[in-house]
Amino acid sequence: MQLDRDQQLKLFTRMLRIRKFEEALIAHNPVGHLSIGQEGTIAGACMALRDDDFVTGTHRSHGHPIGKGADINPLMAEIFGKRTGICKGLGGSMHLTDTSMGLIGESAIVGGGLPLATGAGLSIQVRGADQVSLCFFGDGATNQGTFGESVNMAAIWKLPVIYFCENNGYAVTTSVEKSHGQPDIYRRADGYGIPGVVVDGQDAEAVHAVTLEAVNRARSGEGPTLIEAKTYRFDEHSNRLAIPIEYRSKEEVEHYRNERDPITLYRNVLLSRDLRVDVERIEEQVNNAVDEAVEFAKQSPEPEMSDLWDCLFSNPIAPAGDKGLPE
Amino acid sequence: MIRNSTQKLSYLQAIVEAQREEMRRDERVILMGEDIAVYGAQSLFDEFDETRLRNTPISENSFVGVGVGAALTGLRPIVDLTIASFCYLASDQIINQAAKLRFMTGAQLKVPLVVRTSTFYNNRTAAQHADRPYPLFMNTPGLKVLAPANATDAKGLLKSAVRDDDPVIFFEDINLWGKKEEVPVGDDGLIPIGKASIVREGSDVTIVSIAGCLPHAKSAAVALEKDGINAEVIDLRTIVPMDKETIISSVAKTGSLVIADNSHKVGSVASEIAAVVSEEAFESLCKPIQRVCAPQVHVPYSAALEKKLFASKERILNAVYKIV
Repeated sequence: MQLDRDQQLKLFTRMLRIRKFEEALIAHNPVGHLSIGQEGTIAGACMALRDDDFVTGTHRSHGHPIGKGADINPLMAEIFGKRTGICKGLGGSMHLTDTSMGLIGESAIVGGGLPLATGAGLSIQVRGADQVSLCFFGDGATNQGTFGESVNMAAIWKLPVIYFCENNGYAVTTSVEKSHGQPDIYRRADGYGIPGVVVDGQDAEAVHAVTLEAVNRARSGEGPTLIEAKTYRFDEHSNRLAIPIEYRSKEEVEHYRNERDPITLYRNVLLSRDLRVDVERIEEQVNNAVDEAVEFAKQSPEPEMSDLWDCLFSNPIAPAGDKGLPE
Repeated sequence: MIRNSTQKLSYLQAIVEAQREEMRRDERVILMGEDIAVYGAQSLFDEFDETRLRNTPISENSFVGVGVGAALTGLRPIVDLTIASFCYLASDQIINQAAKLRFMTGAQLKVPLVVRTSTFYNNRTAAQHADRPYPLFMNTPGLKVLAPANATDAKGLLKSAVRDDDPVIFFEDINLWGKKEEVPVGDDGLIPIGKASIVREGSDVTIVSIAGCLPHAKSAAVALEKDGINAEVIDLRTIVPMDKETIISSVAKTGSLVIADNSHKVGSVASEIAAVVSEEAFESLCKPIQRVCAPQVHVPYSAALEKKLFASKERILNAVYKIV
C-alpha cells in the first residue's frame, strides 16, 4: 500500500526528528549509541504500526520512541538524567521507553528484547486483541540464544510478532561476515518455518512496505515474519567508546554518508514529488522542537533519591536492610 | 462462628488448586512451562485449553522472558521453571528484565509475573538439579521471593503472588510436596506476602526456619522441650520482603537465635538474617547466632553424603546446645 502525502511527510518528519535529536545530543550531551544513518529503517518500520501496537528495542534506543511518534521533550530530559525524563532519569540513553506509544522496554542486554516482544505477542493472542508486536534488534542479537528460542516459540504458536533486524553491519567492531556462518540474516527464518525478507534499510518507503506486509500478516493471524533491513551506522558504536582500530574503512563510512544517507535520499524523493514547501516547513519545525527539547531538559530538576525506591516495587515494601538512604 | 470450608491437599496439590482458583477468578492468568500437560497441570487441562496453558519448548531463558513480555502487556502469567537449578539459564530475563523493567522505565511498567521453581534436593539428583538459590534472588532488588513450608501457605502465598503487581519467585521445596493437611478453599486461604509465621511459641531460643527445614525445626523443638528448653519456631515463609519485626521481637524475648536454611552458607538467607539481627538487635543477643546451612560444597549423588548437607533435627539440636 502506497503512503499518502500526509504519511510521507510524517515519515520524513520522524526520520528528521531522530537525526536532529541526536545531532543536538552530540552538541550538548555527548552520550550514547546513535541511530544516525538508520533513521529510514526505524521510522519506515514504525510507520507501519498503529499507536497501540507494541515495540521493543535495543541499547541504540533513541530512534524507536521518536520513530513511533513520541514527544521528544521527555526523551531529551531522560538523556540529560532529569526527573522530567520519560523514565524519571533512571533509565537513560539506552532505555528510552515511552509506554504511551506502545514501547515496552529498550534492552541494553543484546537480544534481551526478543522474548519480551514474543510475550507481548502471546498476550495479544490470549486476549484476542488485533494488535501486533514489533521487535527491533541488531545483527549481533541474532547470535544470542534468545533469537532462536523466541522466533521458534512465535512460529509454533503463530504469534503476531514482527522480528525486525536493523542490520548495520557491525556488532560493535565485529562484522556480520566475521560473526555469522551464513551472513544473510533473513534466511534464518527458513529454519523456523516462517517468512524471511530483506530490504534496503536506507529506502524508508521500501522498509515501510515490507513491514506493512508483515504487520498485515501478523494481524490476520498468520504468524511472525523476520525482516532484515540492511542499514548503516554513520557514527561509532557509542559516543563514549574509544575504538583503537580501524575495523571499517574511512571510504566505506564516507560512501554511506555521501551516497546512502536515508534522509537525503528521502528528501530528494519528496522534492521530486513537488513537496519542497512542506519539506522546508518540516525542517524548520523539527529544528525548533529539538531546540525547545534541549532547553526543557537543561532547565528540568534532578531526580530525588526517594524516586529510586518509589519506582522499585508497585506496592511499597521495606525489604530487609535497604530502605534507608546512604548517609 | 461459621467454619470455613477446607480440603485435604498435599503441598503440590495445593499449588495446583491455587492455580485453578486464580485461573477461574481472573482470565488474565495463564500458566506456561515445560511438559506442564503431563507434570503438574494435567487436571487443569480438563478445565482450560491451550490458549491459557502453554507447554513450552526447552528454552528457559526465553520462555521466562515471554512471561515477562506477557506480564508487561496485560496478562498475569505463572511460569513453571520446574527445577531451581534451571533458574541460572533464565537469570538474564529474571534479573535484567523482570526485576529491572519497572525501575528502569521510571515506574511506567509493571511486571505481574510469578516464576514457580522447585528446590530439588535430597532426591539423588546430583549437583545440577539440587540447588536452593534463594540468595541469588534475595540479592536482586525488584523481586519478591517466597518459600512456603506447608500446603496452606503454598496455596495462600501462590494466590497472593498471582495478584501481586511485581515479579515473584516462588520456591517449592520438593521435600514437602507430598505432605498433606487441611487447606482452606477460596480466598479465605490468602496468605499475605511479607509475613513470617510463629509456628510454636517459646521463650528460651528462637529457631528461624526456611522452607523444608521446618519439619526438622519442629522436631528439634519437641526434643528440646523434654530437656526443659522452650524453643520458639518461626517459619520465614517470605524471604523478600523479610519480616524483620517478627524475628527481632522473638530474639528480644529469647536472647538467642538459630537459623536453619538449606542454601549454601556463604551469603545465605541465614547470613542476611544474622546480619540484620546483629545490626538492629545486637543488645538482645546473649549468645552468638548459629547458622545451620548447607556447607560450601556441591550436592553429591551419594544419598549417604547428600542428606548430611542439609538441615536435620540433630544439626539444629547441636546448634541450640552450643548456645543454650
